[in-house]
Amino acid sequence: MRGAPDTIILLRPRSTRQALEVFAQNPHAVPLAGGTDFMVSWNMGLHNGKTVLDISALRSWRKISAAKTGVRIGALATHADLQRHPALRREFSLLTEACSEIGAAAIQNRGTLGGNIANASPAGDSFPPQAVYEAKVHAVSAQARRLIPFNEIFVGVKKTVLRPGELIESVEIPFLKPRPSRQYFRKVGTRAAQALSKTVAAGLLWLSRDGRVSEMRFALGSMATMVRRLKSAEHFVQGKKLTSEVIDHACELLAKDVSPIDDVRSTAQYRLKVSRNLLREFLSGR
Amino acid sequence: MIKLTVNGKKRAFCGPPFKRLIDVLREDFRLTGAKEGCGEGECGACAVLVEGQAVNSCLIPVCQMDGRKIETIEALGTVQKLHPLQEAFIEEGGAQCGICTPGMLMTACAWLRSHRAPKHSLRAHGARPLLKYGRGTYRSPQDIRRVLAGNLCRCTGYQPIVNSVVRAMKRHRTPK
Ligand SMILES: Cc1cc2nc3c(=O)[nH]c(=O)nc-3n(C[C@H](O)[C@H](O)[C@H](O)COP(=O)(O)OP(=O)(O)OC[C@H]3O[C@@H](n4cnc5c(N)ncnc54)[C@H](O)[C@@H]3O)c2cc1C
Ligand code: FES
Ligand code: FES
Repeated sequence: MRGAPDTIILLRPRSTRQALEVFAQNPHAVPLAGGTDFMVSWNMGLHNGKTVLDISALRSWRKISAAKTGVRIGALATHADLQRHPALRREFSLLTEACSEIGAAAIQNRGTLGGNIANASPAGDSFPPQAVYEAKVHAVSAQARRLIPFNEIFVGVKKTVLRPGELIESVEIPFLKPRPSRQYFRKVGTRAAQALSKTVAAGLLWLSRDGRVSEMRFALGSMATMVRRLKSAEHFVQGKKLTSEVIDHACELLAKDVSPIDDVRSTAQYRLKVSRNLLREFLSGR
Repeated sequence: MIKLTVNGKKRAFCGPPFKRLIDVLREDFRLTGAKEGCGEGECGACAVLVEGQAVNSCLIPVCQMDGRKIETIEALGTVQKLHPLQEAFIEEGGAQCGICTPGMLMTACAWLRSHRAPKHSLRAHGARPLLKYGRGTYRSPQDIRRVLAGNLCRCTGYQPIVNSVVRAMKRHRTPK
């Protein structure tokens, strides 16, 4: 079956206020941003007969702005917009790097950060950077607004804590102080572009003057139903020098926080091996 | 009614607003250059430019194109006066069946027109050899592979396609 355009009830609000009001009246409407996820399933005929809330005309939600404490990225900012933004490239290069590996140019020109999050695929490439940067998601509805820590937004495959009538308005990322000694991003897929991740990793490391770890943050995507921080390994390396024994043990501990999945793209065993190699690469600074 | 500019002409579309851009272009405006390969955003055969940026027209409901400027392969060049990229694709054998070609050309065209990196930044990425293109700006053949990564071709092979873009850049050092 194909998408049948005559069966759609289309809502196209022009202002954010209107959008939230219309969504409150039609809580079962499906939001539409850049369409790079939605339209794929639409083309397969999976959304016929639905009410669609097209939020792409909400211009103010495309802005990226830097304030004193951090950067605020509008939900409708595209992956291409993020890559072009000087403050993001400078301060949050893991995120802009991730955006540059999402699909290919035509996908990056349309796909949005808000859509990537709301779609909640286990393979969302922007998630590990947002997890280690400890981003916060601003969600709004006609009644209320709330700030959701990034590690609380997902509840399962394709599932978020967003309620009917609620939209992602923006993502806030606090500046890192002091700047990390080491930043790491790596996506492993079947080919350079347009491939969903088998595993995707982001890491931040702060070393003190004597070479001990003052803080480590490491997140893996595509490994489980949702993005995971390696809490056990992060805790273990704290205050230690990164000797080969410490690194070995941290890599062992990885399995405490992620239980990889077998799926169409890869086996669990492969994912575990590769993600340990990534953590090792990051910790040994190669 | 949805109003849009297609290849410099103002057009209006009165059909269902959720019809895909590719279908409106092909069925309503009779611009059949853009092809539907996969209908899933994977192949790039349907690529057109919206406000100068390459997008997959199979993933866009036409309602989102209200007030936008669209360029399709039909406006890139004419048989009498080919675009430098078209010329180069012919000379290098960058096309066989031609299904992927409109998307390849539009994606490459958007990239050549877009902001180009200064020499030092490309050097830093170890991208060499460099091609001077436009005023004081440089690009590398690796960049071409990256930018065309979302455009699949099942017959020509990618090397002649990359060669075609390189040839167009060497001959015409400024964007069109
Ligand atoms: C060929 C191809 C390759 C891809 N490659 C990758 C990849 O490598 N890595 C990757 O991570 N993703 C990839 N994607 C998926 C997709 O491009 C991204 O997830 C993109 O960021 C989605 O954004 P969008 O604006 O297009 O979302 P849409 O399709 O518009 O929406 C996606 C979902 O989010 C909801 N939604 C959108 N915006 C909001 C909002 N502001 N508030 C609440 N709900 C909202 C919609 O209801 C919908 O359910 C790929 C897709 C394609 C077609
Ligand atoms: S037909 Fe649009 S990307 Fe393949
Ligand atoms: S020339 Fe046939 S698909 Fe590229």
